[in-house]
Amino acid sequence: MTAIRGLRQAPWAKYVLPGVVIVAVALLPFFRPPLDGFMDDCILALIFVTMALGLNLIVGFAGLLDLGYVAFYAFGALVGGWWASDHFTGVNGEKGIHLGVGDFASNLPGIHINFLLLIVGAIVVCAVAGAVIGLPTLRLRGDYIAIVTLAFGEIIGRFAANGDEVTIFGDYAISNGRESISPLDSIDLLVLDQFDSALDLRPFYWTMLAIVLVALIVNIRLRDSRLGRAWVALREDEVAAASMGVPLVKTKLTAYATGGALGGIAGVFYGLYLNSINANQFQFGFSVFILAMVIMGGLGSIWGVVIGAVVLAFVNNRLIPDVLDQGFVNDIKNDIGLNFSFTEVTFGIFGFVLVLMMVLRPEGILPERRRQIELTEGTGPDESVYEARA
Amino acid sequence: MEAASVPAEEPRQRTSEAAWELVSKYGLIALLLALPIYYGIQDLSDDGDLSRLGNNLVDGLSNGAIWALVALGYTLVYGIIELINFAHGDIFMIGAFASFGLWGTLGLTAQTSTVGLVVGLFVTLLIAMVATAALNVMIERVGYRPLRNAPRLAPLITAVGFSFILQNVGILWLGASQVAVPDLVGSQKELVAIAGLSISRGDVLAVAVTAPLVFLLVAFVARSRLGKAMRATAQDPEAARLMGINVDTTISLTFLLGGLLAGAAGLINTLYQTSVWFFQGFTAGLIAFTAAVMGGIGNLRGAVVGGLIIGCIQQISDNRIGNEWTPAVVFAYLVLIMVFRPQGLIGEETREAG
Repeated sequence: MTAIRGLRQAPWAKYVLPGVVIVAVALLPFFRPPLDGFMDDCILALIFVTMALGLNLIVGFAGLLDLGYVAFYAFGALVGGWWASDHFTGVNGEKGIHLGVGDFASNLPGIHINFLLLIVGAIVVCAVAGAVIGLPTLRLRGDYIAIVTLAFGEIIGRFAANGDEVTIFGDYAISNGRESISPLDSIDLLVLDQFDSALDLRPFYWTMLAIVLVALIVNIRLRDSRLGRAWVALREDEVAAASMGVPLVKTKLTAYATGGALGGIAGVFYGLYLNSINANQFQFGFSVFILAMVIMGGLGSIWGVVIGAVVLAFVNNRLIPDVLDQGFVNDIKNDIGLNFSFTEVTFGIFGFVLVLMMVLRPEGILPERRRQIELTEGTGPDESVYEARA
Repeated sequence: MEAASVPAEEPRQRTSEAAWELVSKYGLIALLLALPIYYGIQDLSDDGDLSRLGNNLVDGLSNGAIWALVALGYTLVYGIIELINFAHGDIFMIGAFASFGLWGTLGLTAQTSTVGLVVGLFVTLLIAMVATAALNVMIERVGYRPLRNAPRLAPLITAVGFSFILQNVGILWLGASQVAVPDLVGSQKELVAIAGLSISRGDVLAVAVTAPLVFLLVAFVARSRLGKAMRATAQDPEAARLMGINVDTTISLTFLLGGLLAGAAGLINTLYQTSVWFFQGFTAGLIAFTAAVMGGIGNLRGAVVGGLIIGCIQQISDNRIGNEWTPAVVFAYLVLIMVFRPQGLIGEETREAG
């Protein structure tokens, strides 16, 4: 017994479980065929994990309820749409601009940029967008922030949807609206063959897994940093944090910018993986979907959020369309005279998850200790931060 | 050096502060006037008169009357428990769906006689109002009351969840696409035309239902004993409790009133737009919330004024810029109000503003 306890308290003990899980997840594709519906679900789950980790920085750590997270997905995806397709056909005399792309893409018109540079581009664009979205919220209190971010998400969604009417640089529409920008370049890391989602999904999986690991490290390191503690202080009591010398403006804007950047990275990958950028993807429901993952896992709890994202991604992509709408559940449902498909009401199910979690277990499946105390015992009257300006 | 620099700095500080004050005082009003003035000038130069703008404003005001009813629900609830009742727009949608369903039950069609129509619509109005009010109270009981002492974001997240649940109830009820509704009152038929302005039956109906309801509500809150309890709770729930006011009942009553108005708005909107859609509540909710914030959230008169203004903005934008851009325009206004004048045009009457 004592030996076990000694092992548990060893300094490396806390790395064992995550390490085992990560190795298992990394080895998973070897046990699956290269083209597999399950692999597809796993890649989507990894994308959502990255987005949820990004949103967790904003909502979980800094306590700024962001209902417009879809904006970052939209920006990330559009970065891919602009710079990795033939959307800007006429640039450079129809010869196109190419930067670090493989043989195939380097002969196409339009702008074509290497995936890694796209990620950098998405980080920059989304960080700037995050800061811009954050600016008007600086003077506002918690629930107004939610509405302003929601408004921004909707405005950006509108611009993506009606973007075919808006032209820049002469004749180029900012998006193809409800018709997709497609096809996009596939991911090409140059040292390997170009990825091809029609032949082998595994390279996509490992690439996304690497991105998730980076996102995890960013989350963990930020949580334990000066900035992370500043976010928590801000969340718990803004006025007290300000008077202890936490720079409000900088701290809040960094939260939006970092959280947004993670969303942008996932957005670029998602866009390239789906091979089309369509404005119908950028709906308010998407923001709520990601938010439900964070809430379900536990606000501010990194591992909880990972679990929440994986669970809801599988509920969305596998459980609802492939299990509930087929087989015996469907038969029972039809027998008792309910002829609807669960796919139609997916978002209702997520709404139900939100309500249920908030009423029964607001701290989530795998709670973060500090947040749990706040959520179950309350923080006392949430005083106005109206006048608090840095 | 230092002593000299202090007085030199002070006036500059004062000018920037004064400028900010000026912007936050009149900036919003200037912004609101920007659209009508711009298009007014355009009309004058194109047509030589203002009738197009005038007609936009007439439609806008009747549309705004509906938004005002929904906005009142937001403002009542925010005033008393400082919660943005995100599901309120969807309550309005359920009101519209219920009205449409009741017409079928009561057998109302465009061919029904006038008397039958009036009686039938009145019955529909009452039932729809009671139904949405009951729904709103139930949501409060299940979703918000257990979270009374939780951080503010918790009930807001629950509200978002309820909004999605109601939307999906709408999908199950009438499907995911827009449903055309019989035009019972001939809402687009012109009733009178004054100086180039055409006033349709729908416009008159919207105002005729909204105005008495608003006056009843204002009178109730201002005069009745329960209204006094509501105002007391809004000011300080703890003190109200000490004075023997049942705070929970009062909050339920507030949700009841909000639900009643949303149901009425649902019926008028169905008559006016002659279509229902599960998603109408989301858009309507955000427009009405913008209206409530514009007037100063927690302020009843403000919500009505805000509703009328936002109705006009929406109509101008629909007619001139294109209705696919209207949500973006309304949200842009929302963000600008939040930045420059979060207390709204008239000023808010919530706890925090003191």
